[in-house]
Amino acid sequence: MDFNDTPEEAAFRAKARSFLEEHAVPKSGGNLNMAGGADKDAILAGARVWQAKKAAAGFAGITMPKEYGGQGLSPIMQVIYNLEEGNFIAPRGVYEIGLGMCIPTMLAYATEEQKQRYATPALHGEEIWCQLFSEPAGGSDLAGLRTRAEKDGDDWIINGQKIWTSGAQFSDYAILVTRSDFDVPKHKGLTFFFLDMKSRGVEVRPIKQMSGASNFNEVYFTDVRIPDSQRLGAVGDGWKVSLTTLMNERFAVGIAPPPDFDEVFNLVRETELEDGPALDNAMVRDRLADWYVRQQGLKNSHFRTMTAMSRGETPGPESSINKVVSASKYQDISFFGMEMQEMVGIMTDPEEVAMDGLFQTGTMSSPGYRIAGGTDEILRNIIAERILGLPQDVRLDKEGAFRDLPTGRD
Amino acid sequence: MNFEFDDDQRMLRDQARRFLLDKSPPEVVRQTLEDEQPFDRDLWQQFGDMGWIGAAIPEEYGGGGMGHLELCVIAEELGRALAPTPFASSVYLGAEALLTAGSEEQKQGYLPDLATGAAIWCLALSEGPQPATEKNIAAAVSNGKLSGAKIPVADGDIADRAIVVARDGGTVGLYIVDLNGSGVEREMVATMDPTRSQAKLTFKDAAAEKLGDDGWPLLERIQDRAAVLIAFEQIGGAQACLEMAKEYAMGRFAFGRPIAGYQAIKHRLADMYIQIELARSNSYYGAWALSTDAAELPVAAATARVSGNEAYHFAAKENIQIHGGMGFTWEFNCHLYYRRSRQLALVLGSQRRWKDRLIRALERRNAA
Repeated sequence: MDFNDTPEEAAFRAKARSFLEEHAVPKSGGNLNMAGGADKDAILAGARVWQAKKAAAGFAGITMPKEYGGQGLSPIMQVIYNLEEGNFIAPRGVYEIGLGMCIPTMLAYATEEQKQRYATPALHGEEIWCQLFSEPAGGSDLAGLRTRAEKDGDDWIINGQKIWTSGAQFSDYAILVTRSDFDVPKHKGLTFFFLDMKSRGVEVRPIKQMSGASNFNEVYFTDVRIPDSQRLGAVGDGWKVSLTTLMNERFAVGIAPPPDFDEVFNLVRETELEDGPALDNAMVRDRLADWYVRQQGLKNSHFRTMTAMSRGETPGPESSINKVVSASKYQDISFFGMEMQEMVGIMTDPEEVAMDGLFQTGTMSSPGYRIAGGTDEILRNIIAERILGLPQDVRLDKEGAFRDLPTGRD
Repeated sequence: MNFEFDDDQRMLRDQARRFLLDKSPPEVVRQTLEDEQPFDRDLWQQFGDMGWIGAAIPEEYGGGGMGHLELCVIAEELGRALAPTPFASSVYLGAEALLTAGSEEQKQGYLPDLATGAAIWCLALSEGPQPATEKNIAAAVSNGKLSGAKIPVADGDIADRAIVVARDGGTVGLYIVDLNGSGVEREMVATMDPTRSQAKLTFKDAAAEKLGDDGWPLLERIQDRAAVLIAFEQIGGAQACLEMAKEYAMGRFAFGRPIAGYQAIKHRLADMYIQIELARSNSYYGAWALSTDAAELPVAAATARVSGNEAYHFAAKENIQIHGGMGFTWEFNCHLYYRRSRQLALVLGSQRRWKDRLIRALERRNAA
């Protein structure tokens, strides 16, 4: 056992590091959150500039084939690059979904001409993509979606509503899954497209989250026309195409943001309780130990994943347990950080509370992390079914026409 | 990045698993549980013959000279098979103590017999229900003679030699005592896990030979090494619980279908898997620190120990729960793991103390 790179990995890491040192600012604590900052336009402009620099230096589309502007390298190189980039202020969030999910789907299903047209501009940060999947009627049960696609000559006409779309407000293009047939079983009536977000009839409305921030959108479709040439996969094969996209979803929602162990440890070291330093309190130490072993468990699992990838094997269990463990830890640590501040904990003024309100912000953001990109419950189902091989639930929605399924709203 | 066991080590794991499936199935473990025998002497002898006992002991001291990563691999399989032998006492504590602090003469003199299994070693620390600390150790050495009592001592009834924590004047030290010599009385004590026997040792002017110079810090170093190895036993046991619970849930029908299809059961099994994978990854890091003598060992060992305790605790109790009423019977094997999970959780000191120790190690690392 060792933590050494192979010679190729070491060379790539050195190249990435020198690129980052030359072009990016080292991180001094805190994460730049997609669309979460004060000046969204500035963040967006910064992201565009950064993505273009990465592309010019050969660090965009690391695993993507060379003929579409990528580097054609193995996934371990992407992991290495991300680790290195993580030490710098590098606003890649804007492009995560497009490059992680949308473009791979395009490369799998679009025509050669379309691939040539769309892949390179996305890699260079010139065009931003979003993913139109979730609906009010279909979140965990994605295939329950009801956005309607009707054929009209060489076009399709789309009507309906999507929700929880990250980045829709500044995206140029999107991938979209719709229902084209309500009379066949649920998973057989879906059809997949890509579209121009500036198409007539597309309306983006921000969702105001419980925290007051707006990181997601609702997207409404009113008689939106999409040419049949922008269909990905066969009519009725939309579920299969969606699965290709979702296979890449682990890139989209990863580990929860701070506060994690390091932040709560720092807080505790500066906190005095009624009977002395908080760090001397047995209850505090017990909780800290719980979080430390979880944090390290994920970090060490990541080393196992990297090892598997480095050997060209399928990654280990990390991708499935990462979010389940880190999202709850995020929420628990946030609560605990408020507790440590006693009655002041309820205050949110960054001047008054510890660490500019990190724990208060975490308290209001963490519920979303337990839901986005697969709820705690869905992820446990995935572990149970795909890793442990346990049977699926009894399903009442596999047969018969979709339109006859109960919705609870009739 | 190479954070995985290599092909030879994986091969060793497969061999060990097959061997233990054959020689230490639950029926064999039960013989130690239900009969009077304190351990499985045949099995122990075979471990010696195969070089497992001396796996991490250098060849110059009669060992196999494989290394600590190989020992971790073996430990996981022993934990999975609930092997009723004094492996932890003799190898993780006894041999590690001698390798860590023994003089050349002590290593030459003691390790060859230990490595073959001919001599069994144990560590005598606890003196009753109060947590053992540097301040409250009462066993005392004077002019090379030890007096005092230790209870419980894992494998104290069958060991040939003990490493005894005792004080000489104001200083706590580690002492080697021949348990077959004069001035030693031993008495088997009843425990929750009779597959790992324990004893009360009473010393009256027993000859004691000093091991190493620094007492309590040395004890903690030895415990750190043992904690990593025991964490591997714990993930082996926890994994066995997960597999048992899964198999039972797949075959047990209720309300017209296998209970493995109900989310209440699926999510519990998923949680077992999550706990085990976190503990496994932390144990790997411990194995790396152990095998390289890294400065990180105190943090890595406590991390492996705390998550190993947690994973086995959870897997053993939920395994019974998933088995329902049958899991609570003597006939089903669930309780064998439940017992062992409790034994391993306490044998190096409680979870509470290891959590405290982890934070202490982090404080030290931060201050450095």
